[in-house]
Amino acid sequence: MRKLTINGQVYDVDVPDDMPLLWVLRDVLGLTGTKYGCGIAQCGACTVHLGGVAVRSCQTTLDMIEDMPITTIEGVGDTPIGAKVQAAWLDKEVVQCGYCQSGQIMSATALLTDNPKPTDTDIDDAMAGNICRCGTYVRIREAIHSVNL
Amino acid sequence: MIKNLVSRRNFLRGTALATAGLVLAVQLPGNTRRASAAVGEQSKFLPNAFVKIDDDGITLIMPHTEVGQGIYTSSAMLMAEELEVDLDQVRVEAAPPDLKKYMDPILFDQATGGSTSTQSDWVRLREAGASARIMLVGAAATRWGVSADECAVEKGVIHHGPSGRSLSYLEVAPEAATREVPKQAALKEPSQFKLIGTRAKRLDTPAKVNGSMVYGIDIRLPGMAYATLAIAPVKGGRIASMNEAAARAVKGVRDIVRTDDAVAVIGEHMWAAKLGVDALELSWESGPNASVSTHAIIDDMHEASLKPGVVVRDDNGATEAIRKAKTKLDAVYRSPFLSHSPLEPMNCTLHIEDDRAELWVGTQVPVRAQKAVAEATGLPAEKVTVNNQLMGGAFGRRLDIDTIEQAAKLLRNIRYPVKLVWTREQDLTHDFFRPYYYDRVSAGLDDAGRLVGRTHRVTGSSVMARWAPPAFKNGIDPDALDCAAETPYDETSVFADYVRHEPEGLTTAWWRGVGATHNLFVMESFVDEMAHATGQDPVDFRRKMLTRNPRALAVLGLAAEKAGWNTKLPKGRGRGVNLQFAFNTYLAHILEIEVVPGKQVKLLRSVLAVDCGIVINPDTVRAQMEGGVLFGLGTAMFNEVTFTGGAVDQSNFDNYRILRINEAPKVEVYQVKSLEKPGGVGEAGTAAAAGALANAIFSATGKRLRSLPLSQTAV
Repeated sequence: MRKLTINGQVYDVDVPDDMPLLWVLRDVLGLTGTKYGCGIAQCGACTVHLGGVAVRSCQTTLDMIEDMPITTIEGVGDTPIGAKVQAAWLDKEVVQCGYCQSGQIMSATALLTDNPKPTDTDIDDAMAGNICRCGTYVRIREAIHSVNL
Repeated sequence: MIKNLVSRRNFLRGTALATAGLVLAVQLPGNTRRASAAVGEQSKFLPNAFVKIDDDGITLIMPHTEVGQGIYTSSAMLMAEELEVDLDQVRVEAAPPDLKKYMDPILFDQATGGSTSTQSDWVRLREAGASARIMLVGAAATRWGVSADECAVEKGVIHHGPSGRSLSYLEVAPEAATREVPKQAALKEPSQFKLIGTRAKRLDTPAKVNGSMVYGIDIRLPGMAYATLAIAPVKGGRIASMNEAAARAVKGVRDIVRTDDAVAVIGEHMWAAKLGVDALELSWESGPNASVSTHAIIDDMHEASLKPGVVVRDDNGATEAIRKAKTKLDAVYRSPFLSHSPLEPMNCTLHIEDDRAELWVGTQVPVRAQKAVAEATGLPAEKVTVNNQLMGGAFGRRLDIDTIEQAAKLLRNIRYPVKLVWTREQDLTHDFFRPYYYDRVSAGLDDAGRLVGRTHRVTGSSVMARWAPPAFKNGIDPDALDCAAETPYDETSVFADYVRHEPEGLTTAWWRGVGATHNLFVMESFVDEMAHATGQDPVDFRRKMLTRNPRALAVLGLAAEKAGWNTKLPKGRGRGVNLQFAFNTYLAHILEIEVVPGKQVKLLRSVLAVDCGIVINPDTVRAQMEGGVLFGLGTAMFNEVTFTGGAVDQSNFDNYRILRINEAPKVEVYQVKSLEKPGGVGEAGTAAAAGALANAIFSATGKRLRSLPLSQTAV
């Protein structure tokens, strides 16, 4: 049995140590907002925050987590910056199919937490790990620039 | 004159599809039955197939599916405009499989594809809203004993001005349900629109930014297990051996099911299922396609392209005109196999019981999905319930039901609910691919640099012949020639023919932009070649050939102006233009690129000018242009699917590269105001990408790109 702190709530899970966090979130705990896209850390759809840092949950096994708190798309709106990012996403109407956007929002929130006024290059560096198949990049950039912190 | 070729818009109309007779049965206002008699529920108001008013409020039963293109919002706007309700008063519900009620009148199927949705819903959903409004107002007027003409509606509330009384739609819905459906429902003039043409907020996006949207892959049911699968790497292959005991020994594995060519492991969660598949130590018999390779396919297509095809257009002796021309051009263009790779991998949740089955899936074709489960399980179709989910992208992939069929065959003897999820690798390697096309083109230009004759032979497989056989007539796939036989230009001497060539060992499918995506790369690149061969500016050359096409001329002029076409570029930069009429939409695209040291192409700025007729939601048009063009540019830059030993060489996003934010250009979209009927926008941007890229590369480097993707060509 292992304790996980996710979005401020403590969960007890009984799963193998080498199980990726992605499948624990989705299939064991029912937090399906975190998405499976590639399973090899190429697409970023599974991005969550671990101790405030954006990580790919498909490559983050439970034994790597220790007691670090986890934030997912279901909880990021409870943080002031996450809420602003979600609002900017709706204001700029970023979303098309939406499947990648959980990961995009998690990466953007991590970026803005570290760097409230990112340049285009900062955005490229922080967001290049998140694929959007619908091609919403133009608006992702606009939305990140529009967040006032 | 065009022979044998039906235009894209009508490509299935009038064909002898088994379903064709149902077109007249599409439920529209005009039917005189009483609105709720058929369902026998007095609390529900169902004046037609699309509008429902009951205790849950006002619902649009949505004939098309949402793959990200915004159709749930645009179609709701059409209904709400005439119903006189605000968009936030409308719920949208996916239509159940029901061809009689929900067939797309252009596709002759309950299908979402080919950029037809708005074109199909433009009249029928406004009529549905108007006819419901007339009945609701009539019910209120009857209750008050006044004339309906004295009543007005605002935001779903009926007001009687003279007496100051009002009633909500929900209050009068039961009475409205007893009234006759009006034979005719007059529609608003565009000048009266309140909602159509506004930048309405999308209905589906709030749930997509907080993780609460449930896609097919997110379904969870009581007692549900999780499964993943392995499929024969070579089409037609079979399982040779597997270690079932080892897979069963994996903690959390519950069941193993198989067919000849696939095996699925069912477990407590995806991780157990994945470890179970790995533990199987599968070996495969490759079967008859073991020697299939891309090189052999291309060689075969080259051979096939040397022989005459089925003539699609033959006007005014094009070959002879070219023979006599001053400047003659010949070229071969090649377009690769492509994968759809929507970010939500293929998945399918099934609960099969002895006498019924329930399916949860995101599909562009719910009737076909229902039939696939019925056939695999032996159940009658009406015993298969389809719960259609919003999709994490589709791009044509979900117009096929092979994955649903495979899931139903694997799970036919399992009696608890199972969610089967394809890994990215299984999804990509077992995609149905965009066909490989091999195009031969030639052209002649006279002393004044005028195009006097053009020939175009398309060699490639026919998706139409597989997907909608009755629409493949006289050996012609109208989609395969779309934008090749007919162009926006003043052409009189054109010869176009089609060589159908079906490669072994793979299946081809619709892919975003369909025939237009492939043919516009060829045609618009070749038009550029014509301009350069005669020393003419590519935009001016096109302009001169648009004397009878004012809408095409207008978008070209607008794009050229906004892109600064006539301004000088620094060394290493180039601009390319692409002009098209596809999906009943006019679109000009001018792309600016830079070829940087190290010979990489950097996309800088994409300028699109679009005239898609009346615009429902201008922000959605802009979004589809932005996303569509990036989808097409990324593909033209990086993507091809290849085969070695019968198996697909690419497997995931590390070797099938998707455009990323740091590689994306700026995109500017300019819209032409128009009162013409709406055209499609979901695929136009994608179709406009590759031609502009090839032309921009020529402008920057003097090198002509005739084979995609760009990453295979040194620039």
